[in-house]
Amino acid sequence: MLTLTGLFVFSACKNGMKQNSGILNNQSAAQKVYVAPGEHDEYYAFFSGGFSGQVSVYGLPSGRLLKIIPVFSVDAEKGYGFNEETKPMLNTSFGFVPWDDAHHPELSQTNGIPDGRWLFINGNNTPRIAKLDLSTFETTEIIEIPNSGGNHSSPFTTENSEYVVAGTRFSVPFPQKDVAIGSYKDNFKGALSFIKLDEDGHMDIAFQVLVPGYDYDLAHSGKGKSHGWTFFTTYNSEQSHTLKEINASQNDKDFIAAVNWKKAEEYLAQGKAQDYPTEYLINRYDEHSHTSTSITRNSVKVLIPEECPGLIYYLPTPKSPHGVDVDPTGEYIVGNGKLSADLTVHSFDKMMTAIANEAFEETIDGIPVLKFEEVLAGTVSSGGLGPLHTEFDADGNAYTTFFISSEVVKWKVGSWEVLDRAPCYYSVGHLMIPGGDSKKPWGKYLVALNKITKDRYLPTGPEMNHSAQLYDISGDKMEMLLDFPTVGEPHYGQGIAADVIKNRSKKIYPLNDNTHPHNIKSEAEARVERDGDVVRIYMTSIRSHFAPDNIEGIKVGDKVYVHLTNLEQDWDTPHGLSIMGARNAELLVMPGQTETLYWEPQKPGVYPFYCTDFCSALHQEMQGYIRVSEATSDIKLSWSLGESI
Amino acid sequence: MVETAEEPEDPMANKGIGPVSEVTLGAEIDEAMAAEGKSIFETMCAACHKIDEKFIGPSPKGILKRRSPEWVMNMILNPEQMIKEDPVAKALFIEFNMSPMANQNLTEDQARKVLEYFRTLE
Ligand code: HEC
Ligand SMILES: [Cu+2]
Repeated sequence: MLTLTGLFVFSACKNGMKQNSGILNNQSAAQKVYVAPGEHDEYYAFFSGGFSGQVSVYGLPSGRLLKIIPVFSVDAEKGYGFNEETKPMLNTSFGFVPWDDAHHPELSQTNGIPDGRWLFINGNNTPRIAKLDLSTFETTEIIEIPNSGGNHSSPFTTENSEYVVAGTRFSVPFPQKDVAIGSYKDNFKGALSFIKLDEDGHMDIAFQVLVPGYDYDLAHSGKGKSHGWTFFTTYNSEQSHTLKEINASQNDKDFIAAVNWKKAEEYLAQGKAQDYPTEYLINRYDEHSHTSTSITRNSVKVLIPEECPGLIYYLPTPKSPHGVDVDPTGEYIVGNGKLSADLTVHSFDKMMTAIANEAFEETIDGIPVLKFEEVLAGTVSSGGLGPLHTEFDADGNAYTTFFISSEVVKWKVGSWEVLDRAPCYYSVGHLMIPGGDSKKPWGKYLVALNKITKDRYLPTGPEMNHSAQLYDISGDKMEMLLDFPTVGEPHYGQGIAADVIKNRSKKIYPLNDNTHPHNIKSEAEARVERDGDVVRIYMTSIRSHFAPDNIEGIKVGDKVYVHLTNLEQDWDTPHGLSIMGARNAELLVMPGQTETLYWEPQKPGVYPFYCTDFCSALHQEMQGYIRVSEATSDIKLSWSLGESI
Repeated sequence: MVETAEEPEDPMANKGIGPVSEVTLGAEIDEAMAAEGKSIFETMCAACHKIDEKFIGPSPKGILKRRSPEWVMNMILNPEQMIKEDPVAKALFIEFNMSPMANQNLTEDQARKVLEYFRTLE
């Protein structure tokens, strides 16, 4: 397998060069991605940053970067994870974890259609799911997932965002305990978690399904007639725990797990769930108080398949299936067997019949394994190698990425006939079509998210940003339009028509709605208070001054909190704040918002502080001084603006 | 160089540029309205305008002797365009060191209340 991979990547490169010189009609491609200065793109695209831990927002078709939203990683640019308000967002049962590996953005849905309210994204490493509010483009909630490791099959949503799901990629002792790694088969289990959204959109874990210790790789929920079911791929049904590269690829078939979550709700209501002690945190950011808080939970409801017949079935699927993708009608469940050439497509109707007829091959830990032939709808044989992911357009076509042969293949849903293929540069992972995993794809464009960049752009040393390619898929043939670098690893993406989001986008935070416990709403309230060694500076900003801007009476060893309220109420008028020598990042405070910079002054002296966000012609003048004296000094606490202290 | 805009002959005839074309002031000051206007002014405006002195912007004291009520409301509701296109506002902007009058996103109703408050500052 290894030599094969190397070989194909190399030959893909060579084809690439050939493709570049000639076939593309450069002029028409350029016109198709041209968005005139001042005009807006047609689609928003949200790409995960992979190991950057963040989400980047692009416009399509231009490929212009609009914003990077900090999610799982601290971001000094925006003060995220540095200011007092957002630090709790990165709390976990292990304490403050400043980084994660963000893989799958998923838009919330109403009736199976992306609705532009929220974007969910999973953190793999210390299992978490974040929710971003798309009226503010801020991370507003992060929930930790217990009994899980490598939270990869996540956070795919159900048709009305009743749930987002989280399947464990690495099985772990369930509940966690200190055991020999060699006791894997006895002690390691998988957890498939269903995270429920309440009316306010708050997330909490409704239940976990305890499953055999396989690796649960990806997921998608049913739609239309299959609404009520969620499908997870598995690999490592061998249950190996070492040299998995070889040992987890022995079986001819692994499984797609089909979970009937409506049935799970019945079992929950009947009290069938067991309470497992555990610890996980939920961190919530409130847009009015501009602060976040962490809630700790100490138990989770667990459903055990042996005790809950009808809850879960396994569909045998060849060759370590990676992506599992459900077509817009909800009938076809596509298994992308990554170590194979072919795609295996299961039928939801056949699955239901097989369940009714009890067409089972065997039962594993209470989970019936359906007979392969009884659920199989068809096979797509394209000649490509290493299928990973499939998305759909609005016209009954499917598009699958092939990692090893580095291409996208277009095929017809139902007839399984291959219609077209296009090379990717290089080694494509996920693909994204706006709405392409929903009930109503917008179609039109396809973005290939590639793992390898090599010679695509000007070289930048050993490390390069990953490449993405935009294709026009409105015609019979896919046409490559644009090639652009992305941030981190653009693992997966979601696209949505710009209109759904743009009119809901907020411009300011109204000062009147600000309920921050340390806000002030006018310069008249600006002041400095001392309580022991805790000093609170209540400060305001407006173009182009801080109030107060001269402060004396701070001492070495004090714990200083600068609570800065930005009094501006106009769009795009943030102010920043930075203090010389503070072992911290800056604040970047939006209009009407309050944020807090924590500072422990270490040496006597007079320290300038200034605004970091160019705010007006007098921005350079937006500056003040703080005097720091010896711990023993008796300099009085005082402050002023526009006069001498 | 920035040229200094010339003042029109009768500033009280200048209604400025913006959403407000006609304001009728009552014979008496509406005290309730003025009180609301004062509290709006204190959060939204006082960081730049002091009653008794010139600060980042001019003192609003006696402003209705200098400006028409429409002009004042348009300055509050549409300052970006005013300081670019209205000769009086343009001149003020230069006089005030090119520190821009901020758009604090008041509603017309709120701006009207602030105007009523300004009437009390004679
Ligand atoms: C960021 C500072 C700032 C804020 C906040 C601000 N202003 Fe101003 N204002 C100015 C400046 C500076 C000027 C002078 C014109 C210029 O430089 O743009 C001005 C001019 C004015 C004028 C014209 C004064 C005259 O003598 O003709 C009025 C009226 C006014 N502001 C009302 C308000 C009101 C009401 C608010 C609150 C809703 C407000 N301003 C908020 C800075 C500000
Ligand atoms: Cu500033």
